[in-house]
Amino acid sequence: MSETTKQPAGRLASLFERLKGENRAALIPYITAGDPDAQATVELMHAMVEGGADAIEVGVPFSDPMADGPVIQAAHERALKSGLGLRGVIDLVAEFRKRDSHTPVVLMGYQNPIEAIGVAAFVDKAAAAGVDGVLTVDLPPEEADELSAALGERGMSPIFLLAPTTSAARTREVATKGSGFVYYVSLKGVTGAANLDTDALASQVEGVREACALPVGVGFGIRDAETAGQVGRVADAVIVGSAIVRLIHEQASAAGGMNAQGLEAVRGFLAELRAAVETARH
Amino acid sequence: MPETNVKATGAPVDYASFPDQRGRFGDYGGRYVAETLMEPIEELTAAYEKYRNDPGFIEEFESDLRDYVGRPTALYHAKRLSELYGAEIWLKREDLNHTGAHKINNALGQALLAKRMGKTRIIAETGAGQHGVATATVAARLGIECVVYMGADDIQRQAPNVFRMRLLGAKVVPVDSGTRTLKDALNEAMRDWVTNVDDTFYIIGTVAGPHPYPQMVRDFQSVIGREARAQMLEKTGELPDQVVACVGGGSNAMGIFHAFLADESVELHGSEAGGDGVETGRHAAPLTAGRPGVLHGNRTYLMEDENGQIIGTHSISAGLDYPGVGPEHSWLKDIGRVQYAAITDDQAMAAFHDTMRCEGIIPAIESAHAVAHARLLAEARGGQRILVNLSGRGDKDINTVAKLEGIEL
Repeated sequence: MSETTKQPAGRLASLFERLKGENRAALIPYITAGDPDAQATVELMHAMVEGGADAIEVGVPFSDPMADGPVIQAAHERALKSGLGLRGVIDLVAEFRKRDSHTPVVLMGYQNPIEAIGVAAFVDKAAAAGVDGVLTVDLPPEEADELSAALGERGMSPIFLLAPTTSAARTREVATKGSGFVYYVSLKGVTGAANLDTDALASQVEGVREACALPVGVGFGIRDAETAGQVGRVADAVIVGSAIVRLIHEQASAAGGMNAQGLEAVRGFLAELRAAVETARH
Repeated sequence: MPETNVKATGAPVDYASFPDQRGRFGDYGGRYVAETLMEPIEELTAAYEKYRNDPGFIEEFESDLRDYVGRPTALYHAKRLSELYGAEIWLKREDLNHTGAHKINNALGQALLAKRMGKTRIIAETGAGQHGVATATVAARLGIECVVYMGADDIQRQAPNVFRMRLLGAKVVPVDSGTRTLKDALNEAMRDWVTNVDDTFYIIGTVAGPHPYPQMVRDFQSVIGREARAQMLEKTGELPDQVVACVGGGSNAMGIFHAFLADESVELHGSEAGGDGVETGRHAAPLTAGRPGVLHGNRTYLMEDENGQIIGTHSISAGLDYPGVGPEHSWLKDIGRVQYAAITDDQAMAAFHDTMRCEGIIPAIESAHAVAHARLLAEARGGQRILVNLSGRGDKDINTVAKLEGIEL
C-alpha cells in the first residue's frame, strides 16, 4: 500500500486545516496537461509550487470540452495533438510526486476518458500515482455513485461543482457526496469568462457555507492578482485557470516550447497571485 | 444493470415506461452535464411533464402540425421502386413537411414549450442545416430571437441552408473548434446555454442530450409512426413486415419506430452511415462499430479511440455525420428490438438515383440510406412489405451530388 491510500484525503484535508490557522485561502492553479508538451507539464507543476501554489489542478485533455471557454479548449486541442491520454496524464502526476510528496493534486476532466479506461483501473492507477482528488465536469452527483465510491475506497476525494443556479437543497446533497472541497463556479458560463461580480460573490459563498461544511473553492473569471485577492477574502481556495493557460501558451509559442524564461514567468505570476491571497484578509 | 436484461427474463418490455425517472433506457441516457445546467434541466423536465399532458398545449401542437407543417404526411406505395427491389415498398413522406424534413415536428414542439416557459431566446445546433432551418422557421413565426451553431466545415458544404436560416432572421454562428462539424456545434450550443441559461431555450435537434431531451424529442417525433401505422392498416389492412429508417442522432428513426415497438411481428431496422465502409474506419456508425461512453449529456454508443477521445466521422451525408447516437437506440440495440446496419456512401447514392428515376422523388441523402437498406433487406428475403421513413427531401443535396459527378452547377 502506498502512502496515499493509508490517509484518506490526507493532503487536501491537512492543507485546508493548516490554512485555516494562517487565515488565508489556498491558491490552486489549473493547467492543461500536455500543453505545450508532457515534460513541460511536470516542470510547470514544480514551478507553480515554487511560485506559491498550494495545490494543483491538472486538466485531462478531452476532444469535446463542453464546459470550457476558448483558451482552455485550444489548450486541449494542442495537448491532444501529442496523443496524451488519461493514462499518460496520471504518469505525469507520478513523475511530479518523485520530487513533491506534499502538494495536493486534483485531476479535472470529463467522464468519457475515465470510462474508456474503466473506473476501477483508473482509480487504481490514480491512487498509485498520488492523485488526491478527481473533479469530473460532466458528472453531477446523480451520476457519480460508482466513481465516488471507488475514489473514497482509495482515499481520494470526489470533488463536485456548485453553480449560481444550484439550489440550497442540491448544495446540501452535493455536500454529502463530495469531499476535499467544493468548487463553486462563480458565474454562469464557461471557463475564462471575464465578468466576475466580486460583490455578489461574498453573499453567494455565504449561501454555500450555510448548506455545505466543506471548504469552498471559487473558480471561473479570476484572472489577476486583484481578482484573486477579492476572491481570497471570501473563499477557502482561489482557483485560476484560463489566465495561467494563456500565459503558458504565450511563453511557449514565443520560445517554441517551455524554457527557463517561460517557467520563470509562470513562477512570477503565481507569486503575484499568492501575495494577493496572503494579504486578502489582512 | 438490471434494466438491460429485462428482455432476457421473458417478460414483455413495457416500452412506454422508458426512460425511467433518472432518464435511463437501461444503461443508457442519464444526465451528464456540468452543474450549472442541472437546475435548468430540472426546470425543463418539470415544464415538459406539465405540458405534455396539457390539453391546451396538445391542441396547439396538433393544430400547428396540421395547418403549418402540413400533416399528416402521405404514405406512398412506391410501385416502380418495389418492382426494382423485389419487395413491397411504402414511403412515409416526411419530405413533404414544411421546410422539407421531419425536423420541424420537434422544433415546433420545443418552440411552443419555450414560449410557455417564458423564454425569449432560442438556440440550436445543426449539421446538415435541416434542424437549423426548422428552428429558424418556428422562431421567426413566434417572433423569438434565434441563434444557430454550425460547424465551419458544414457551413461550407451546406451553403444554401445557411442562407435560408439567415433569410429567416436567425444568426448563424460558425464553430471552428474540434472537427468543425455537428458535434462541435453541439458543444458550442451547450456553452451558450450555460452562459445565457436564464432567458434561453436550447432546442436540441435529435433524440440525444441530457434527459429529458431524448424522451421529449422522441415524443414530438412519434407522430410519424402513429400516422404511418394507421395509414398502413388503412391502406393494406396489415402492419408492415419491416420498418426502416436512417440513424444519425436518430430522431426520425425513433419517431417512426416508437409506435411499432410493441408490435412484435414488425422488424425494425436502423441504417447508420457506413461512409467508405466500416472496415476503412471512415464512417459514422457508432452502433455498428463503436462502444458505450459519455458525450453530450448522455451515455450511449460512441465512436472513440482507446483514450476515450471522440474521433472524426465520415459520411457523405452531413445529417448523419455524428459520432454518437440517441441513448434509446443504444438500448434497443442491446435488447435486440432494433437491428442496425451500416450503409455505405455508394449504396446510399445508388438508392438516391433509384428513388429519383423510379418515383420522381428527390430523397435527402440521409433518407437514401434507409432506401438502400430496404434494398438489402429485399435482396436478402424478398417479397416483404417494407415501410421506409423518407425523412427529408434532397433538394439541399444537389450540390453534393453534382460535385460527386464532377459537374459544376
